[in-house]
Amino acid sequence: MAKRIDISGLSAYYGSHRAIDDISMSVEPRSVTAFIGPSGCGKSTFLRTLNRMHEVTPGGRVEGKVLLDNEDLYGSGVDPVSVRRTIGMVFQRPNPFPTMSIYDNVAAGLRLNGKYKKSDLDGVVEKSLKGANLWNEVKDRLNKPGSGLSGGQQQRLCIARAIAVEPQVLLMDEPCSALDPISTLAIEDLVGELKSQFTIVIVTHNMQQAARVSDRTAFFNLSAVGQPGKLIEIDDTERIFSNPTVQATEDYISGRFG
Amino acid sequence: MSTDTAPASPPPPPPSPSKSAGSISSGQDTRPGDRVFAGLARGSGIILLVVMAAIAAFLAWQATTALTENEGNFLTTFEWDANADPPVFGIAVLAFGTIVSSVIAMVIAVPIAVGIALFISHYAPRKLAAPLAWAVDLLAAVPSIVYGLWGALFLVPHVTGLYEWMDDYFAWTGILEYNGGAARSLFTVGILLAIMILPIVSNVCREVFKQSPKMQEEAALALGATRWEVIKMSVLPFGRSGIISASMLGLGRALGETMAVATVLSPSFLIEPSLLDPGGGTFAQNIAASFKEASAAGIGREALIASGLVLFVITLLVNGLARLIIARRKEYSGANA
Repeated sequence: MAKRIDISGLSAYYGSHRAIDDISMSVEPRSVTAFIGPSGCGKSTFLRTLNRMHEVTPGGRVEGKVLLDNEDLYGSGVDPVSVRRTIGMVFQRPNPFPTMSIYDNVAAGLRLNGKYKKSDLDGVVEKSLKGANLWNEVKDRLNKPGSGLSGGQQQRLCIARAIAVEPQVLLMDEPCSALDPISTLAIEDLVGELKSQFTIVIVTHNMQQAARVSDRTAFFNLSAVGQPGKLIEIDDTERIFSNPTVQATEDYISGRFG
Repeated sequence: MSTDTAPASPPPPPPSPSKSAGSISSGQDTRPGDRVFAGLARGSGIILLVVMAAIAAFLAWQATTALTENEGNFLTTFEWDANADPPVFGIAVLAFGTIVSSVIAMVIAVPIAVGIALFISHYAPRKLAAPLAWAVDLLAAVPSIVYGLWGALFLVPHVTGLYEWMDDYFAWTGILEYNGGAARSLFTVGILLAIMILPIVSNVCREVFKQSPKMQEEAALALGATRWEVIKMSVLPFGRSGIISASMLGLGRALGETMAVATVLSPSFLIEPSLLDPGGGTFAQNIAASFKEASAAGIGREALIASGLVLFVITLLVNGLARLIIARRKEYSGANA
C-alpha cells in the first residue's frame, strides 16, 4: 500500500517562469518526509508536481521524471486522474465539501472510484474516520454538514477523506498552518500513526513540526526573489537539525538567513 | 450605523466642553460622511418600499373597480369583453398562456444556459471564453421588438419542420399534436422566450460558477475527479442557489415579456388542446393588444389593470418560492466555507 517515489531532474514552470529547478531526490515508503524552506522557494509547487496537481494551474508545466515504484507519473499514456486517485492530498486550509455531509465527504473518493454499496461504504467511512482520529467526535452526526466542524476537525475530516481511498502516498501541504496548537498536535500524532501504512510527504513552515514528525527532511531555498527554487539538501531529520552539510541549511534552521 | 442606538462604549466620560482633536469619546457625534451615507442608504430603501406600495395600491384600487362591475367570473371566464355593457372578462386563458409559455421557455433555456455558463467558466480556453461571453451579452442587447420580428418572420415559418417531427413522435401526448397552419402558437412563443432569457440566466450562472471556491475544486481534483466530476462535486452544489436565482430572473422576464409575444402569437380567448396550435394569450400581450381599444369611459382599462395585478402577484409568488428553495439548504451552502 505504500510506494517509494524517485524524482529525477524535475523542473516546474508557471508559463515561462521556472518555479523549481532540476530537483532529484527519493522519498522512502512508510516514512514521513518533510519539506522546509522559506516562502516562495517552491516546496508547495514541488509537492503539487508529485500528484500532477501542478498542471491544473493555468500555464503550469513540468519537466523531468517522477517514478512511483518505477512507473513514471509523467509518462505518455498516464492519466493524471488516476495518478491523483493513487496519491492523496491534504491542503493548507481545510476544504471539506460544504454541500456534503460528513459521511458523504469521506465517501466522496470511493464513489468516484465507482464503489456504491452502502454496506461497503459504511465500513470504509468508519475505518477512515477512526484512522483520522475523528470517529468518536462525529459518529453521532455523520449526516450533518462537514462545514459545521471546527477547523481542526475539518482538517482531520479531509485526512479521512484522503485515506478512505487507500492511496499509495499522502501529500500534505502545510496541513496545520490554519490550526491552533491543540489541533496541530492532533494532526501531528495522526501523521505519526499513518506512516505505518502510507508514504507521507509534508510541507511545513514550522521547523519544530518537521523535527517532530518527519524521518527525512528536505531543505529548499531560492537564491533571490524571482529565481527558481532549488533543493539544497535532503537527509535524515536528526542530521538536518543537528549537523547539516550545507551552511544555508544551518543558517535557515537556526534563524540566520538573508 | 444608526445614531440613536447607544454606542457600546465604556462608562461615559465626563462631558467635555468641546470636541477636542485628541478625544476618542465623541461617540454621539458621528462623522458627517457617515451621516450622509446612512441617510442616503436609508432613503433609497424607503423610496423603494414606497414605490412598491404605490404600485400595488394603484393596481389593487383600479382592479377593484373593474372586478365589482365584471359580470363574468374573473378567474374562469374564457372571454375578454371589458368594453361591453355589462362587461364580461376573465383571465383563465391569459394565466394559462403566460405560465405555459414561460415554463416552456425555462425548460429549454435553463439547461442550455447552465451549459453555456459552465463552458465559459470551466471548459473553454481563455481565448474562446471571452468572445463567447461577449456574444451571449450581445443577445441581451437585442430589443424585444426585434426578437418579435425575427420570431414572426423567421421562426414561425421555419419551425414547422420541428412541429412535424414532434407530431410524429409525441402526438400521442395530445398536447404536442400539430394540426397544420401557421406556427403562431404558445410553443413558438416559448422557444422565442427561451432565446430571450438565455443571456440573463447564463450570465448570472457564469458569474456564480466563476466564484466557485478553488479550494473545493482542488479537493475534488486531488481525490481523482475528472473535470465533470469536479463540476458535479463542487461547482454545481456551490452554484445551486445561483442557478435558481438566475432561473427566477429569467422566469420573471419571460412572464412579463410583451412585444415579442404580441408579435408572434395569434391571439384568441381559447385554450387549445395542443401547445402547437395557434391561439391563446398572455397577460402582457393582452394588455398591449387591447389597451388602445379599451375605452376610457367603460372599465376596459381597469380590467386590463386587474389582469396586470394578477401577473404582479404571480411574479411575487415565483420570487418568494425561489427564496424558499434557496433558504431551505442554507446550512449546506458554500457561504461558510
